[in-house]
Amino acid sequence: MTRFRAGPRADLLVAPLDAFTALYHRPSGITHLLSTPAPELLDTMGEGEWTVAELAAALAARFDLERDDAALTARLEELVDAGLVERW
Amino acid sequence: MGGPVSRPLSRLVSDGRLLAGALRDPASVAALDGDGWTALLAMARAEQLIGTLAKRLSGQPMPQAAARVLADAAASIAQNRRQALWEAEMARRALAATGVPVVLLKGTAFLAGGLRAGEGRSCGDLDILVPRDALPQVEEALLAAGWSWLKPDPYDDAYYRRWMHELPPLIHRERDRMIDVHHTILPLTARPSPDAEGLLADSVALPDGLRMLSPADMLVHAAAHLFADGDLAGGLRNLWDVHCLVHQFGTDGLAERACRHGLQREVDRALRLAGALYGGEGRSLRGADRLYLRRLLARDGWGRETRPLTRLGFYVRSHWLRMPPLMLARHLWTKWRRP
Amino acid sequence: MRHAHALRIGPVGFRIGSDRPEPIRALRALYRDYPAPDDGVPDFTVRLFAPGPLRRFLRPSVMIGGDFMIPDAAPLPLAQGLLAAEMAMNLQMALGQRRYLLLHASAVEREGRALLMTGISGAGKSTLGALLSARGWRLMGDEFALVDPASGRVHAFPRLVSLKNEAIAEVERAVPDGRFGPLLKDTPKGDIRHLVPDARALAAMREPAIPALLLFPRFGFEPAQRVLARSEVFVRLTQASTNYVALGEPGFVAARRLAEEVPARAIDYPDTASALAQVEALWAAL
Repeated sequence: MTRFRAGPRADLLVAPLDAFTALYHRPSGITHLLSTPAPELLDTMGEGEWTVAELAAALAARFDLERDDAALTARLEELVDAGLVERW
Repeated sequence: MGGPVSRPLSRLVSDGRLLAGALRDPASVAALDGDGWTALLAMARAEQLIGTLAKRLSGQPMPQAAARVLADAAASIAQNRRQALWEAEMARRALAATGVPVVLLKGTAFLAGGLRAGEGRSCGDLDILVPRDALPQVEEALLAAGWSWLKPDPYDDAYYRRWMHELPPLIHRERDRMIDVHHTILPLTARPSPDAEGLLADSVALPDGLRMLSPADMLVHAAAHLFADGDLAGGLRNLWDVHCLVHQFGTDGLAERACRHGLQREVDRALRLAGALYGGEGRSLRGADRLYLRRLLARDGWGRETRPLTRLGFYVRSHWLRMPPLMLARHLWTKWRRP
Repeated sequence: MRHAHALRIGPVGFRIGSDRPEPIRALRALYRDYPAPDDGVPDFTVRLFAPGPLRRFLRPSVMIGGDFMIPDAAPLPLAQGLLAAEMAMNLQMALGQRRYLLLHASAVEREGRALLMTGISGAGKSTLGALLSARGWRLMGDEFALVDPASGRVHAFPRLVSLKNEAIAEVERAVPDGRFGPLLKDTPKGDIRHLVPDARALAAMREPAIPALLLFPRFGFEPAQRVLARSEVFVRLTQASTNYVALGEPGFVAARRLAEEVPARAIDYPDTASALAQVEALWAAL
């Protein structure tokens, strides 16, 4: 089962601006402009390791969202491409 | 006024010796006036050694304006370092599933390995070494992870694949950074042919799973790069690498290793030149060493390269060594015919 | 190099060397009242040199070089040597500046507070900067504003104001006692004439200011104003900066602070009179 992991919290400078959150990723020096639900996703992941199913359940519980594993997988892949999340 | 007149160091030394001297003996900058500092900084920028200079001179008394320029350079190099290490990390993630051993080369290896040669060093493209038979897998994995060919040109491509020691350069679309994938450290056309399997077999694991060459092979590679794979441009930086590697790891077993790769002459010369420029073990210069030094130090206080005739001589020579003459003619012909 | 001049613009020192005397002569005349670099050590070196022998034979021209270069900078005619020097200094800033977040913006100051106007070329940054400086504002710069990431303050970069085409006559009328450089005809950017910033701008070039208003002007439209979302301001600032990426974390800190703390408006204007009226009204309403 593929697991996903975000980097250490201290790697991120997070500036919630409005509908967008500007995020500076220290190890890469890259600035990302994220829209919901990416900031919430990173926040929920913390420094733990997650399967898609575990993360979907946690998000559904925390934000009172309808569970959509396929959409979540797509968002995770985007974060993997951006280097903010790693397949583990 | 009679008697000897004391003149600022920069008036006496107006070529790359000013820079080499400051790196060798940081306290020597105490003798510099404003013009001397200006010349030193321009040379260091032109030779891509400004970050190294900033590290070396930290703590030395200097004019505030010079300290400011060096502090900016240090900050800039720190950011460059982050970006270089991040490219290595992204390559590691992209290639992790292939199980192929990935050996970092040149500057990125010095940074990732925490080596002295990496202190303040600027780093451009990511260079990695992989086994030749793993090239297709590596290519496929990199293309899948967002890298693409820099120039889709069938002639260049065939040329690279047939004769060069690397894949045609790839660039990452989002991050706009290049990666060079090598399977040995010199073009297949060059007369010395290094033992690529030996390079991989002796490579050293880094904590994150990436690898770097053994210290002796890093030295051999630096020498090969300087003499067989270039026109000596950037040579002062290259020899600073050599100097730092020797200082950190010594030269035990180096001669044997150089011999095995067919690069003993190059390694010997690199050691002599690094010693002459930056100090260390006393080895006397010989043969054409002085000509090489002249070329390496051909830089004026405005950051310009000087002595263009020596330079052209070395450029022609460098192409010659990489490709046997007939092949060179064919290569140039194909280039000329294209618009 | 045979001919050389060194000067300081705001906090940044330059050394300009040239094979030919003409560009240095022009530079010396216009930068007469600028100080020398601190400690005699400039931040950047600029080189103006003759191209290869063939081109030299065809017509005298000037190539641009320096600490930071782009590989394919085309030469300029010798008569435009002043412009070559200006372009080369701009290039050093755009590619090499690492102490400040460099915003492609014009900046003016009143009572220690700065108004920044940023936008693509043609938005009239230089013209507005020059006209505002004739109306009681201190000109901080018509091309680059330097934001200190540590303090958040803006540092001045009052280089020669570069006026193009129609703006030349307009500013000549508005600043009749201004010191202007020679009219450079048919440059790659059209006609160009430089204006030396006034004595006040030069005397205070070392004094930073607190950013108080960010404007994103757009020329050629009916007068209009729009409040910008913080995220849009943030993105526009990063796009208006040549060194945002190279600076890394300090760049993020500086851009974030500007986006979060400084009021920002996009303004459209059909002519400079409209722009000046909108600027003064927005400033008065702060």
